[in-house]
Amino acid sequence: MTQNPIRVSAQPDLFASYGQTSGVADELFDATGQMRPVWRRFVDRFSRLSPEDIRARFERGDQYLRDAGVFFRQYSNDPLAERAWPLSHIPVILHELEWEHICAGLTQRADLLERVMADLYGPGSLVSDGHLPAELVARSPQWLRPMVGVEPRGGHYLHFIAFEIGRSPDGSWFVLGDRTQAPSGAGFALENRMATGRIFPERFPRAHIHKLAGFFSAFREATEELASPSYKHPRMSGILTPGPSNDTYYEHTYIARYLGMMLLEGEDIVVENGEAMVRTIEGLQPLGMLWRRIDALFADPLEFNPTSQIGTPGLMEAVRTGHLAMANAFGSGVLEMRAMMAFLPRISEVLMGEALKLPNIATWWCGGVNERNYVRDNAQNMLISPADAVDLPFDLGATTALGGEFRGTAMGSIADWLDREGDRLVGQEAVTLSTTPAWDDDGESGSLVPRPMTVRVFAARTALGWHFMKGGYARIGSSDDATALAMQRGGSVADVWVVSDRPLPKEGPKRQVEGNYRRVSPGVLPARAADNLYWLGRYMERTEDAARLVRAYHLRLAATDNRNDPRLKMLRDYLEGFGIDLAQPMPEALITRIAAARNCAMRVRDRFSTDGMSALGDLLKTATRMLETVQPGDDSARAMSVLVRKIAGITGLVHENMYRFAGWRFLSFGRALERADAMAALLAAFSDPKAPEGSLDLAVEVGDSIITHQRRYRVESNRDTVVDLLALDADNPRGLLFLVRELRKHAEAFPNAQLHGRPSELLRVILPLETGIACARTEEMTVARFNAIRGELARISDLLSSIYLR
Amino acid sequence: MLYDVSLTIDYSYDAASDRTRNILRLLPSDIPGVQTVRQRLLTVHPRPQERRDGRDFFLNETSMVAWHRPIDALKLQLTARIERFEPAPIFDFSPPLDELHHELLMVPSLAPEAPHHFIAASPRVALSGAITEYAWECLNEGVTALGAVEAVGRALNRDMAFDPEATDVDTPPEEAFEKRHGVCQDFAHVMIAALRGIGIPAGYVSGFLRTFPPPGQPRLEGADAMHAWVRAWVGNQLGWIEFDPTNNQFAGTDYITIGYGRDYEDVAPVRGAMRTSGGHETSQAVDVLPIEEGAA
Repeated sequence: MTQNPIRVSAQPDLFASYGQTSGVADELFDATGQMRPVWRRFVDRFSRLSPEDIRARFERGDQYLRDAGVFFRQYSNDPLAERAWPLSHIPVILHELEWEHICAGLTQRADLLERVMADLYGPGSLVSDGHLPAELVARSPQWLRPMVGVEPRGGHYLHFIAFEIGRSPDGSWFVLGDRTQAPSGAGFALENRMATGRIFPERFPRAHIHKLAGFFSAFREATEELASPSYKHPRMSGILTPGPSNDTYYEHTYIARYLGMMLLEGEDIVVENGEAMVRTIEGLQPLGMLWRRIDALFADPLEFNPTSQIGTPGLMEAVRTGHLAMANAFGSGVLEMRAMMAFLPRISEVLMGEALKLPNIATWWCGGVNERNYVRDNAQNMLISPADAVDLPFDLGATTALGGEFRGTAMGSIADWLDREGDRLVGQEAVTLSTTPAWDDDGESGSLVPRPMTVRVFAARTALGWHFMKGGYARIGSSDDATALAMQRGGSVADVWVVSDRPLPKEGPKRQVEGNYRRVSPGVLPARAADNLYWLGRYMERTEDAARLVRAYHLRLAATDNRNDPRLKMLRDYLEGFGIDLAQPMPEALITRIAAARNCAMRVRDRFSTDGMSALGDLLKTATRMLETVQPGDDSARAMSVLVRKIAGITGLVHENMYRFAGWRFLSFGRALERADAMAALLAAFSDPKAPEGSLDLAVEVGDSIITHQRRYRVESNRDTVVDLLALDADNPRGLLFLVRELRKHAEAFPNAQLHGRPSELLRVILPLETGIACARTEEMTVARFNAIRGELARISDLLSSIYLR
Repeated sequence: MLYDVSLTIDYSYDAASDRTRNILRLLPSDIPGVQTVRQRLLTVHPRPQERRDGRDFFLNETSMVAWHRPIDALKLQLTARIERFEPAPIFDFSPPLDELHHELLMVPSLAPEAPHHFIAASPRVALSGAITEYAWECLNEGVTALGAVEAVGRALNRDMAFDPEATDVDTPPEEAFEKRHGVCQDFAHVMIAALRGIGIPAGYVSGFLRTFPPPGQPRLEGADAMHAWVRAWVGNQLGWIEFDPTNNQFAGTDYITIGYGRDYEDVAPVRGAMRTSGGHETSQAVDVLPIEEGAA
């Protein structure tokens, strides 16, 4: 350990814990303990901040992330478990010249990877010339045979890739892994940048940091060019996600919203005559390009993994015919296997005629005798693992040996293992990473501590060549152990600042795109999104309706203290018909409904407000807590009031703030339909002349219309007044007529509402229903009539589904 | 030998599927030195809205068929006239088993015939410690690669019982092996796992087998079935040889080939997805009728 010189600081303790380890490069200090120039001004400013100020700033950053709903999905028993975003608040700072040097090396590497890909799915000369072992490629589950011989549309296989890089003890950079299948993290980099912008909002450092936006707009343009190479035939582009149970689904929704691209799941797409089409509320629309965030093996059950439930049958066919461009091409995952790095240095010389500018982590494929012996003799300094593993070196599995010892179950000696399975194994140098400052909040003044890091660098193919994100996304280890192994335990992420010595111009120069170019409207609503919005509306309303009924029950229970009261019994029977057990003061069925609503919202996260999303999460939490605490009677009634108010808050939030596009209409349609159905059911039961006394008042109460009733009729309630108010009054927003009118208005605004001047199939069912209620007299609104109306509403829902939602 | 082969597969679905897309691997094709297809016809009912015939990576004939509307039943009918040649007698020019890997390294190729595709675990055939151990126990010291294939195939035939009730189409080989029961698919998968386990590249062959009625009884129409057996790579000189563990013999003139793959998944006669929630039923009838040369 060498100690650092003391620096001027308002906080003399800022570096007290910052001990450098010899043999480990540090981002902040060079080998002589001098602070690197690129950090000086930042550290100077930072060191003037008081501990309280630092805490307050970090909290601002965290608050941003919480408000934005940034989260990480964890694989666990609960598929929807999420955890807070682990931001390390101190950025990693790199000078723009150093960044350019890195990107120059990675440009070469990106070109090399493209050529390897083209050869592996084309002539196969790397194998036949002996530069890549045939069995290594043949063994990889990611070398996809259906892609062999298929020319990618647009001429390239790779369009959006990433590299995980680290810094060696000698200060140079090296590559730990290539991410060529469907790299994640670009969206998280954006969010990290937003958060650090809150933490360090001053002109310095902000004006000196290169922006990320230019990278994304360049990639967005490239996707449009890929989707619609011809101006005459514009096609849509989209992001293909595995769906909400994927650990980076949040990022997919975020980036879809940021780029204005459709977020599609496998079932949103159908393939007809070699052409991929999106199911939208306006019918099938041709798709020209997909940014794939789903593992290729799961993208098409017909040609890849047949057990996949999240793919699109025929997607490979759409690629084969050349109608669909894929970023990145199916099969690009083969480049990620660890063993590939054993051969890339040589392949670079063969294919490019030059050595790799940026080396990769030294790797030996143990299929060769010499390599196997070398790995065995140096096992102490090696990570030995499956050759076709595609995760990064620090994501260690159970069948991995590090430093000469097995991590998982014992498998005999390493020498035996290498002899037995050598052709399935690689040895990789156990590398040492550089350290970078992270904040250690010790509860008192806090201090900076060195933590190991790797940086993820993103590159996108544009008409002008590879375009690199100026900045990135760093992983920060959780201890000062600088071996790559430490990266897997917990850890956090940090923003990467690429900085200039001088303030940068506010806007980068606008890139000119040659030729005609039109952006296809992203306003098309996929049928599945509409379906989820429709059911979100229904579930929210269904929850509110149930909460009102449960409240009505417990209010009466508190007043009468008699479970055998005929009205209570009637309510119990009525609610039992909807699966709600009133023996539970907080019926579990309510939780189920809220969870269903939240699941729908989750699946349209790219179209749903983040405030709405967190409010739904909050509602679920509150309701779940109530399961434990709520007592029957007044307490339950109070709890239901809390829920009703929270739901009203969410509904308000959604309806006040949602842009009136097609999605909003489906949400509102669902709400109105559910409310109409609940009202018809309520009236069928409680306006029955055979119903116990007081039932009518109950209906008015649940219909939230007590005050209106008093005002309008000024008499005790009777069947006529109640049916008039709750069914026939066109101005009562909970009345049947009002709600059916709502349905009609929305249906008139749906696509294809009219065909040749005639109303759509959906309208042809709604219009007679509306007219029938509008013309009815109260005495005609019998129990049978209400039940018939419920039947009509169910038919409307079915029709809506079959016309627009699939 | 000349054969008329006919095959009918019927599917019926509980719920009409929204859309259907299948890849069929049912058409036999010419294989030099093995068989010549004189005529063949594959018909699909109801008539598909899309059909494209092609070849897959392993050069098997594929028919991609699709319907954009709901269908509740599907009928596939194949008729073919095929000449099957007498295979040349096999002389054991294969290397000793422990030198086979060396020969494998001499084949720097990923062509469809290259053995490298068939040495690792594949989607339906995981390598299994139990099966590999069993395979080693079948072998004598110094056995040749070909000798090893035969020894393993005959041992499995001896130790496993043919039993259509014990397994289904998705049974993993390890389970079939543990039960020592199964149908031709299980026999083939277990043998493939065994051969790969001891370092012999092995693949799956789907096709038809001429069957013989019990003595004194007439041939029953439609009583045959689709069949599966194994091919193994036994060195550069002999290349691929085919053995049928279900019937304990090398594949001869009774065998008609449809396709080659790493396992069943690569050559499944009907692959595909229907967008339907319900189950489906399927039935199959196969006839392999030998033709007198004069009558042809």
